[in-house]
Amino acid sequence: MKLTFTIQGGDFTHAGHPSSEVKKILKQLAIDGKTIKNIVIALYEAEVNVVAHAWKGTVNVEIDENKITIWVIDEGPGIPDVELAMQPGFSTASSKVREMGFGAGMGLPNIKKNTDKLQIETEVGKGTKVKMVNYFS
Amino acid sequence: MNESTKYHALDASKCIGCTHCMKSCPTEAIRVVNGLAVIDHERCVYCGQCHRACPTHAFYVEQDDLDLIRSFKYRVILFPAIMIGQFPERYTEDQIYNGLKKVGFTHVYEVEQPQQVLIDSINEVINDQETPKPAISIYCPAIVRLIQGRYPSLTENMILRKAPHNLAAHFAIERLMKEGAQREEIGLFYATPCIAKIAAVKSPVGESESVVDGIVNMNQLYNEVMKVISDVEVEDNSEQRKNLSSEGIVWSLTRGESCHFGSRSIAIDGIHNAVRFLERLENDQVHGIDFIEMRACDQSCAGGILLTGNRFMTVERLERRAKRYPAAKDISQETIRANRIELKEKLILEPIQPKPHFIFGKDRMKAVEKIDRAQRIVCFLPGIDCGACGSPNCHALAEDMVNNKAKMSDCIFLQQMWVDEGKIKAKKAFLNVQKKWGTDRFKADCNKRGRRNEGF
Ligand SMILES: Nc1ncnc2c1ncn2[C@@H]1O[C@H](COP(=O)(O)OP(=O)(O)OP(=O)(O)O)[C@@H](O)[C@H]1O
Ligand code: SF4
Ligand SMILES: [Mg+2]
Repeated sequence: MKLTFTIQGGDFTHAGHPSSEVKKILKQLAIDGKTIKNIVIALYEAEVNVVAHAWKGTVNVEIDENKITIWVIDEGPGIPDVELAMQPGFSTASSKVREMGFGAGMGLPNIKKNTDKLQIETEVGKGTKVKMVNYFS
Repeated sequence: MNESTKYHALDASKCIGCTHCMKSCPTEAIRVVNGLAVIDHERCVYCGQCHRACPTHAFYVEQDDLDLIRSFKYRVILFPAIMIGQFPERYTEDQIYNGLKKVGFTHVYEVEQPQQVLIDSINEVINDQETPKPAISIYCPAIVRLIQGRYPSLTENMILRKAPHNLAAHFAIERLMKEGAQREEIGLFYATPCIAKIAAVKSPVGESESVVDGIVNMNQLYNEVMKVISDVEVEDNSEQRKNLSSEGIVWSLTRGESCHFGSRSIAIDGIHNAVRFLERLENDQVHGIDFIEMRACDQSCAGGILLTGNRFMTVERLERRAKRYPAAKDISQETIRANRIELKEKLILEPIQPKPHFIFGKDRMKAVEKIDRAQRIVCFLPGIDCGACGSPNCHALAEDMVNNKAKMSDCIFLQQMWVDEGKIKAKKAFLNVQKKWGTDRFKADCNKRGRRNEGF
């Protein structure tokens, strides 16, 4: 099963729609609460990264019997040093973003913690592709 | 689910199949079938939204016969303080108490009396590091059911302490037995502001059995009291509320609980507000909050569907009343203290189990297929959520279809398209709609009641 959503950069008000929709479906599939929570947290963080740091993006979701694969793909500035960005506390968030309660530099580490597989492809000046896989128990 | 666990039902002779209830239901538990609303009791959380939305008052509440009280020697009416708030200002509290006695009760207790005990007990839970935060109050049973069904992972955040009416029931029994009554001579009746409390009292969650012998619809009780209440002013000096505190009186109002707990707390009233917030909470987007009070009704229990008074005026009267009463901690509670240990145990609820009600079958492979199919069906529906199919919105119709509860032709837009494309005959399409909504729907009738002008 496939789902697609779009994300608008800068639109914090509506961030979270894709994660809510995905959550609803996972509940209908009777996936256990802990796994759902991991997936929703990871997806939400990835969404917010597009909103906070990129211009626009799409979320593609594929669900099969045993796993969920999510691609969050954006057009944006890209990440110059992924290893550095993965460090807890590292953030380039603007003061405006910080005022909204984001920018603690915990998003990517949180995504890592809540997914079974994480892959980040990025090109400076073009955009970023985050691929996340979670297996159902 | 058996008959006795349906706490509200629909009078088919009054229902006009208008879709208002269906659209207001927070769990999509209502469908219109053959021109009549049908409740799925597995999904229903008893929030009462459908009662409020119904223009013909077709929903009714299951209740015990008031005559049931006659079979007991000691007849106790337990009621939340909110009951007093709905009476007109000219009646003193004791006039109302006397009215209740004239109706047939021998003892009159407001339930929010041992409030300090409850506050202390809840604080114990919140201060425990082990308690998942934010801790959620179980005070409103509609919220408990909503969480069990729609947010099952949050059941572990619920505070396992009983609601005031349970506590009050134990106290009432204790007191009467001290005065020499036998347990079987005591009839405990609870006046409820809502269906949710009726359900909670009759088939409690997290308790083995109900503590009361019957429930009384507050609406009915109000009317009975108004029939017999004396106009002669009496002084307020009843012994039966000597433990009533200012905190107890406003407990059932919005912020009545949250103001006591945690360093950061939130109070939410209105079931749709609760749904939106729980959605966030479940997504882990709420941080640093210790305690959440959540009530299904706007203005909390002052907005209960079985209340007669205007909810804003009820709140005002109760807030003013609270000012006349002492603080909970200043009430001498020797009897309560003496029984502290025993009481502590009585206050504890069993863990509340999740009861997810939206699962698409046990076979995950099949469930994935079904959801996938529903997603694709949605692409063909008009997306205006008109409800003319008998389902609350286009998405719900798609889900009903894959669960074999609805057909493609239930959507009047698709049907119209098929007529245009020559796939079905106009006559057949008409018969389909007639079958769904009944023949009367097409008759001219100037008394037909939609919700026109309501709210102006
Ligand atoms: N999609 C993206 N496009 C461009 N840069 C990104 C993207 N995602 C992350 N980054 C960069 O990586 C840094 C670290 O990201 P991370 O999500 O860990 O923290 P944050 O977004 O700054 O703060 P938080 O997620 O705690 O609100 C960001 O500050 C940003 O510089
Ligand atoms: S807010 Fe009060 S009256 Fe309304 S459903 Fe909950 S407990 Fe009942
Ligand atoms: Mg981030």
